[in-house]
Amino acid sequence: MISPRKTQAIWAGALAAAIIMPFFVYPVVLMNVLVFMLFACAFNLMLGFGGLLSFGHAAFFGSAAYVAGYAAKEWGLTFELAVACGVLIALFLGWLFALVAVRSKGIYFAMITLALSQMVYYIALQTPFTGGEDGIQSIPRPPLLGVIDISSNLALSYTILAIFTLAMLALVRISRSPFGQSLKAIRDNEDRAVSLGYNVVRYKQMAFVISAGFSGLAGSLKVFVFGIATLTDVSWLLSGEVVLMALLGGLGIMWAPALGALIVVAMQYLLAPYGAWVTIIQGLIFMGCVLLFREGIVGMVRDLLSRRRTNLKTFPN
Amino acid sequence: MFEIVGISSQALLGQLVLGLVNGSFYAMLSLGLALIFGMLHIINFAHGAFYMLGSFATWLLMQWLGVNYWLALVLAPLMVGVLGVMLEKAFISRLYSLNHLFGLLFTFGLALFIEGTMHEILGGISKPYSVPEALQGALNLGFMYLPTYRGWVIVFSLAVCLTTWFVVEKTKLGSYLRAATENPALVEQFGINVPLLITLTYGAGVALAALSGVLAAPLYQVNPHMGVNLMITVFAVVVIGGMGSLGGAIITGFMLGIAEGLTKVFYPPASNLVIFVVMALVLVARPNGLFGK
Repeated sequence: MISPRKTQAIWAGALAAAIIMPFFVYPVVLMNVLVFMLFACAFNLMLGFGGLLSFGHAAFFGSAAYVAGYAAKEWGLTFELAVACGVLIALFLGWLFALVAVRSKGIYFAMITLALSQMVYYIALQTPFTGGEDGIQSIPRPPLLGVIDISSNLALSYTILAIFTLAMLALVRISRSPFGQSLKAIRDNEDRAVSLGYNVVRYKQMAFVISAGFSGLAGSLKVFVFGIATLTDVSWLLSGEVVLMALLGGLGIMWAPALGALIVVAMQYLLAPYGAWVTIIQGLIFMGCVLLFREGIVGMVRDLLSRRRTNLKTFPN
Repeated sequence: MFEIVGISSQALLGQLVLGLVNGSFYAMLSLGLALIFGMLHIINFAHGAFYMLGSFATWLLMQWLGVNYWLALVLAPLMVGVLGVMLEKAFISRLYSLNHLFGLLFTFGLALFIEGTMHEILGGISKPYSVPEALQGALNLGFMYLPTYRGWVIVFSLAVCLTTWFVVEKTKLGSYLRAATENPALVEQFGINVPLLITLTYGAGVALAALSGVLAAPLYQVNPHMGVNLMITVFAVVVIGGMGSLGGAIITGFMLGIAEGLTKVFYPPASNLVIFVVMALVLVARPNGLFGK
């Protein structure tokens, strides 16, 4: 294991790097990466810690994007209120999804969440407020708290950086809390957890709602980076991408999917001119991850560092 | 002509036929999924991609070799089935000892790969495929005109579904199959090659998907992304039916196709949603699906 001190040093280093980042990397790219890092880690709370493979997380990300964008554009809400609206809708949807899906396990759970998110997709396609195929466009960047102007890329990237840091700290804290540990226990041996008196369904519901909320936060932030909310944000492809990010980074560690997100987003930028090659390579990485390194990059590096095979089973068989 | 709440019987019957056609695809695809799931315990996310490959194979056979529809009906499923067998041997068979979620993830990656590759090779533009001569035109049923090809799709897929059901439930081979689903170790003790049985099951399931693809070629335009949205709907169908039973998959497929068609008559905007709503309601009442154990 890496000592807590080293972990702190890594965090401090990452933060310092992030602070000078906007001067070296184009801020929009940086913000894009941060948003997806947050999304992937929020997703990991369910898969890595709850053992629940949701194939419909784009529903939370996308509907939050729509609602936050709409609130800022049509209602003229301030930045933080618009983001809050987005998070609220994601929390609500998470609660709704959990209501239907949480009693099912494994493959069923994955298929049900996928189907539910497809329903959200069709609703987004048809209701007038989402703008159908066009989506919601030219969404402004309203001032923070109504007074602080964050319309420049640099100002917005620091705002998002701050929110990202807080959200990540919260996620890591949640994963280490008694709640996170109980979730892990349920993942590893559900029957045992039930016999010990845990209300398993309740824990899974909680994990679902929290994960949906943070995904919604990511979606709401995304809308102010690009100024648009479209059907891509609620599509099954995005749901699949976030699974890929988590798998690539590593499932057993709360923050590891952030690395996966960095790689996937970077790849999208690099391969953007080559059309369908993004999909082909994503497919190949997916298959490679499943066949060759199921612990993800971070899991593999950790194993190498500790020079022993840690008994890190993400899924009990 | 009679009318029901302002809707002519002509429109009603027309949508009913469309619903039955959609239902035929739901039934055949979910049957293949259920077959694969029963043996391999994985959900084949690439099912939609194999459906698309079946359609493309039909189109390519016609374009490059001049092979007609009737021959493609045999050749395309065979080709895609063989591809499925090879994939199972090379990759999927390595995943059985792992959590079943990895099977889902692998086949999802496979679906992306196949789709992307087809898009790269053949482009994203839809390819038209004309209805074979013998099935052009419409039949006069007395109370309505039925486009012949649609009638053919319904009858043919019903026959395929019933044959598959019969083979699995009533024949000797089927009894091996069912026994191997229950207790593979014991069946192996009786000298039956279970890994081979598993491989063939995957091939057969995939071939069923490709066969639906052949049927789809003249109806919908052939393009690399034709399988995806259909696939997600079929997942909902499978969840509603419960994955345990082949008969359940067939019945649920046709029923939901009809439900979708009827929704199109009475409240068109909800027609995309109706299957998912039914799924949510069924799950709340019966978490294992209508026919699940």
